[in-house]
Amino acid sequence: MKDFRHLKNVATLQLDRDACVGCGVCTTVCPHRILTLRDKKAEIIDFDGCMECGACAMNCPTDAISVTPGVGCASYIMQVWLHKLTGGSVKTSCC
Amino acid sequence: MDTPAGPTPRVRTRLSPRDLFETATIRFGYGRYDYKVVPGLYCVGNPTPDCPVIVTANYKLTFDMVRRELNGQNAWLLVADTRGINVWCAAGKALFGTEEIVLSVRSARLDTVVSHRTLILPQLGATGVAAHTVKKHSGFSVCYGPVRAADLPRFIENDNQADETMRSVTFTLRERAELVSVELFILGKPLIFILLAAFLLSGIGPDVFSLAAAWTRGLAAACATALGIVAGSVAVPILLPRLPWKRFALKGAVTGMVAALGTIFLFYSQLGIGELLALSLWTTGTSSYLALNFTGSTPFTSPSGVENEMRTTLPILIVTALAAIIIWLAAPFTG
Repeated sequence: MKDFRHLKNVATLQLDRDACVGCGVCTTVCPHRILTLRDKKAEIIDFDGCMECGACAMNCPTDAISVTPGVGCASYIMQVWLHKLTGGSVKTSCC
Repeated sequence: MDTPAGPTPRVRTRLSPRDLFETATIRFGYGRYDYKVVPGLYCVGNPTPDCPVIVTANYKLTFDMVRRELNGQNAWLLVADTRGINVWCAAGKALFGTEEIVLSVRSARLDTVVSHRTLILPQLGATGVAAHTVKKHSGFSVCYGPVRAADLPRFIENDNQADETMRSVTFTLRERAELVSVELFILGKPLIFILLAAFLLSGIGPDVFSLAAAWTRGLAAACATALGIVAGSVAVPILLPRLPWKRFALKGAVTGMVAALGTIFLFYSQLGIGELLALSLWTTGTSSYLALNFTGSTPFTSPSGVENEMRTTLPILIVTALAAIIIWLAAPFTG
């Protein structure tokens, strides 16, 4: 999405063009249209538009594309930190 | 209707008044954790074995939106068991996942019901579904449909082709506004404890504890909290693209500072400078914190970005909150 931007250069999206076979499924499933096919291989055209949803990586038949999607929910991240500090349990009931 | 797999229930494609009422209450959060339909195969209209198979989640809000858009169509609706969670969230948790889709296809004995071997999945299900693996284990190919159910009729009409708009996720004003009610609902329980603490702490003073002070000062603290909530959970979502800076915590600080002016305006005649400062810090901090939390409700922030923002802003928010509380507690003692 062009109008909505968060931080730059933080996404964990990685593409290995050598492993790519050009099936194009990643370009179909990306919710922010940041992938395209160029010279019969996938290419990232908008790296900072990536929200790390993982759809591209999940659908790549050769594992050419990877991303490490987390939860992205501030409350959950805080609970994991608290868990590390105090050893208390991580509540996942809200999501 | 009867199928080779047994009797298959037919769904209505028009939502009843009760459906509409429940949709509205779900938007306020009430009952949202238990709003499911029974998973399995349903028919829409009078489908024949060559009609399309549309796959969706068993969250009733999702189910209702999809069946409503299929009005006038003949199709098979395969409802996966996502534990009552919508497609995108369930996909993220692998509930709307490869295994579940394969299982649904097998339990419904879909291969006996339809003559083709294509499943139309919502595009946002791709986060949890590996299309090539579904094909390998179920024999059915996955065709990713549009993001929004509203585009389904056009998608089917266009021979299962989607244009860029159908494949893009948006975050329009209406979509942002729809989130406000549930954001406020989630605040309900923690808010009760915070307000209780606010009243109790406000009563602490040179007389050990004063009920009068607890009431008057507590009310001011409660107002400061309420203004912070409006700034962080209502103003930020609605004004999102217009607010400066990229970090949500900063956007919340901006609306929070405006709200803090409101706090000052309401209480400048009753409270001292120190107390007004404490309330301003509290309002701004509350708004900033709630804005930071809103990152989890947007369709464009990445988890890496959120974690980065949290590491940098959370310590500042904690210090702000502590400063506000300490100044507030100290004020009655310093006259």
